Amino acid sequence: MLLIHCPYCEEDRSELEFRWAGEAHVVRPENIAAISDEEFAEFFFLRNNEKGLTYERWRHIHGCGRFFNAARDTVSDRFLMTYKAGLPKQPVPVAEKFAAIAEEKSVETWEQTEGDAR
Amino acid sequence: MSASSNSGAFRIKGAGRLTPARTARFTFDGNSYTALEGDTVASALLAHGVHLLGRSFKYHRPRGILTAGPEEPNALLDVSRDAARRQPNVRATVQEVFDGAKIASQNRWPSLKYDIGAVNDLLAPFFAAGFYYKTFMWPKEAWAKIYEPIIRRSAGLGVSPTEDDPDHYASRYVHCDVLIAGAGVAGLTAALSAAATGKKIILVDEQPEVGGALHYDASTTIDGQNGYDWAQATAVKLKAMPNVTVLTRTTVFGYYNHGFLGLVERVTDHVAKPSKDAPRERLWQVRTSKVILATGSIERHMVFANNDRPGIMLASAARNFLNHHGVTVGHNVGVYTAHDSAYEAAFDLKRAGVSIATIVDSRDKPGEAVLAEARKLGIDVLSGHAVVDTSGRLRINSMTVARNGNFDRRKIKVDALIVSAGWTPSVHLFSQSRGKLKFDEANQRFVPDVYAQNSVSAGACNGTDNLAELIDEAITAGGGRIALSGENRFDWTGGMIGAAEGAGPDHAVKAFVDFQHDVTAKDIRLAVREGMHSIEHIKRFTTNGMASDQGKLSNMHGLAIASEMLGRPIPQVGLTTFRAPYTPVTYGTLINHSRGELFDPARKTPMHALEEAEGAEFEDVGNWKRAWYFPKRGEDMHTSVSRECKTVRDVAGVFDASTLGKIEVVGPDAAAFLNLLYTNAWDTLKPGKCRYGIMTREDGFIYDDGVVGRLAEDRFHVTTTTGGAPRVLNHMEDYLQTEFPHLKVWLTSTTEQWAVIAVQGPQAREIIEPFVDGQDLSNEAFPHMSVAECTVMGVPARLFRVSFTGEVGYEVNVPADYGAAVWKAIWERAQSMGACLYGTETMHILRAEKGYLIVGQDTDGTVTPDDAGYGWAVSKKKTDFVGIRGLKRPDLVREGRKQLVGILTKDPKEVLEEGGQIVADPNQPKPMTMLGHVTSSYWSENLGRSIAIALVAGGRSRMGETLYVPMADKTIAVEVTDMVFFDKEGGRING
Repeated sequence: MLLIHCPYCEEDRSELEFRWAGEAHVVRPENIAAISDEEFAEFFFLRNNEKGLTYERWRHIHGCGRFFNAARDTVSDRFLMTYKAGLPKQPVPVAEKFAAIAEEKSVETWEQTEGDAR
Repeated sequence: MSASSNSGAFRIKGAGRLTPARTARFTFDGNSYTALEGDTVASALLAHGVHLLGRSFKYHRPRGILTAGPEEPNALLDVSRDAARRQPNVRATVQEVFDGAKIASQNRWPSLKYDIGAVNDLLAPFFAAGFYYKTFMWPKEAWAKIYEPIIRRSAGLGVSPTEDDPDHYASRYVHCDVLIAGAGVAGLTAALSAAATGKKIILVDEQPEVGGALHYDASTTIDGQNGYDWAQATAVKLKAMPNVTVLTRTTVFGYYNHGFLGLVERVTDHVAKPSKDAPRERLWQVRTSKVILATGSIERHMVFANNDRPGIMLASAARNFLNHHGVTVGHNVGVYTAHDSAYEAAFDLKRAGVSIATIVDSRDKPGEAVLAEARKLGIDVLSGHAVVDTSGRLRINSMTVARNGNFDRRKIKVDALIVSAGWTPSVHLFSQSRGKLKFDEANQRFVPDVYAQNSVSAGACNGTDNLAELIDEAITAGGGRIALSGENRFDWTGGMIGAAEGAGPDHAVKAFVDFQHDVTAKDIRLAVREGMHSIEHIKRFTTNGMASDQGKLSNMHGLAIASEMLGRPIPQVGLTTFRAPYTPVTYGTLINHSRGELFDPARKTPMHALEEAEGAEFEDVGNWKRAWYFPKRGEDMHTSVSRECKTVRDVAGVFDASTLGKIEVVGPDAAAFLNLLYTNAWDTLKPGKCRYGIMTREDGFIYDDGVVGRLAEDRFHVTTTTGGAPRVLNHMEDYLQTEFPHLKVWLTSTTEQWAVIAVQGPQAREIIEPFVDGQDLSNEAFPHMSVAECTVMGVPARLFRVSFTGEVGYEVNVPADYGAAVWKAIWERAQSMGACLYGTETMHILRAEKGYLIVGQDTDGTVTPDDAGYGWAVSKKKTDFVGIRGLKRPDLVREGRKQLVGILTKDPKEVLEEGGQIVADPNQPKPMTMLGHVTSSYWSENLGRSIAIALVAGGRSRMGETLYVPMADKTIAVEVTDMVFFDKEGGRING
């Protein structure tokens, strides 16, 4: 169970209190009624689903109720930082990023552990 | 007879730490035995010379006790306290004896000594690895009916209890700074060190007492004190410290993300008469900043022919039974080893007066120190030799010994054989924490390498063998400054993994690798020959390491044999992944309090008890219990519902609508916010009025619907579907917080604050009028779609004039605590006027008669407001709302989309099945072109015929068309109509 820092409560709380809410920094276009089909598809349907550093939204639903943003490494499940909704995409501190990437190389992947080790 | 001889002929006077005077009685397969307090079932039976404890999984071979700890793969027993308290597959080496315990062997019939299943052993050539995969492939149909039931019956070991578990289980959440797993020398030292820093410490050990290896290792001293005594004194010292919690009989079974660990504490399984208030087991969920892994190591067996007979066990286990329980495993004990540690077991036995037949060492050069000691004690050592076979049907009676590479064999009589192939570091928890292992080539073992979490390994689990180094490592791990010295007699060398001499590829012998699943070295070689080249495939093909002991003894041997066959070094073959739990955990502990009523708690409305008293049948809607229908004496569902439907339209009906989701939307921008969330326009709605609203997602599909009442310029009472309430609030909060944060709006869920009593029907006004104060209910003052704050029976209320039946309707909202009282009064009056109570079934039919839609029944997440016939609810003037762009997508505006229409069967008595598919031509070849499906279908008593609603491609342009619903036994002809079946002009709603 993950331990998540709520930037509003300023506390580390158990994953039980939170709900994942999809990719972060997908901005709803202000002129949404006028955008093209391609732009709508980009906004609504397409997600990066990146392996590694991912920006995503969480809601402290059984706590303060606030939505916020998080930078998480999807390989190690490590939260690199969390910050309030509405703030621009925050750069991950270099040291954290370095640690995350260094770890990524050493962490098990399916190919390494489940597949043929060759 | 003295007490000690009572407790078994194999007890050795003066040996062990148990008190001879404190005894307990238990039975094993019906025979009564005396044990000593502190005995495990294994030590108690061994004390009486009982070695045969069970039959193996596949071949039904006689099996005994292999280990003295939780890694035991063989000695699995059925332990019961009474009829309901019975547990199968209990490890004899873990279960402590309690007075009155009833213990039985498993997987044998008719008896342990004469087991018919043992014929499997003779048929073994047919049961090679992959047997099931290959044999039961054909015919396909036979799998579910014949093969699987037979295999399931003959597989498995114990039998599950059939009665409900009468025990209860407790749960605790704890936070700490350092959790230490394992209380052997390393764990205790680390705890002393960490405790000195003042941090909050939890020290956990699975055994009844701390000490770990000090249980058997009687020659080690710490700070000049006997090791085991030091351990107990240290535990006392630690327990006295306010910042330390010591948990014994507690297993750390899982190491999860972010310092989260699962522990199970066995509270009463060892107690003869447990208090009724005590939980059987306690689940601890611990979140810690740091973990110190001091989990030690596990001794491996030797892989040689017929290495599984009762009487063959690990050297450390024999030493444990001797030094802790005072029990010898035999009177004439053989030793087969590739590691120095077994010598120490032999020395201890010899000094206790047990004869050691011979030490057979597969190595040419055993450790010099142990060799010298053996010589001193007069023990024969055959180095460079192997045990190549054993004999004895129900217990070993001889071992066959040969020089390595030589064919000359000789038999040596023994009544027990203790073995050691060396030690495997217990890296299970480290691996569960997603740490990465490295292979220590010199010592042929995997040890921790890269840590994924804030943890550190200390001691044997880290591959640290030397006592002084181990103590230093543990002190450093704890982070404190303490001094401690330890001394042991011998530093051990040696160890091997894989098949021993005489069990190699050229020998067709049964040399067991995995005892619990009956996997032999031969099986693993066969798997490789048949093309399994990944260790994960080999594991699944042979089931090596897949039993409940998770290969604690077998993994390394299996890996080495596979590696040899594949001609690839061990790190390249790879280790299988360790998964939680470390040892089996009972369902009772995991489920814990979530049983019975707490398994999935029901939500009940304030009027629930009154409805129950009126004979209501309830249905589940989400977690809610909703009154479904109110049968009178002798009525079945159909007659009850038909009566309710008719009464509502003829007189009136009273309905509990409390489960409707309710959200209070408040603030200066409330109307602007609703404008963005619903397709309708809300700024035009006057206070005191209601409007039916549709909510779409960004993709344009219907998400929810409901009536919204405007109480004031800045206050709306929003209702949602019963099931949709939580997600609608989440959806609203999401937009308010992240997309429209500039709007000044506050959202509050009020679903449970209001009890809602709906009164519907021609007499509805007359029923409620006497109770209402502060609002003129006349049509002029309070027409359809009005809302007012007033009082009902003196209780502050929100009164809605709304209808989900097409009749005059009111929904009385009163604070939940008054719901029952107001309901009672309204129902009394309604009843006297000939009205009825009605439930959700009648509500569904009445709304269908009017063509009102139910989101989630008539819509499925791919239906737009226009598809549903509610295009009018989408504002054409608004420049933005959630869904505005999605609704313009090419597929959502194309011709021929599925639309909701009414469907009438040609035969009015025929009631369609919901979900029935609709086609234009029932005689077309299969697969037929489906035009759509029936979403709602009922018998309408008011219309004297069946009615249905369906989603049909191009439905609204097909009015009057005949379509068909093909069923299994017939084809039903239907006509497409509009969705309003009753009171098409809609006059009744205005009264």
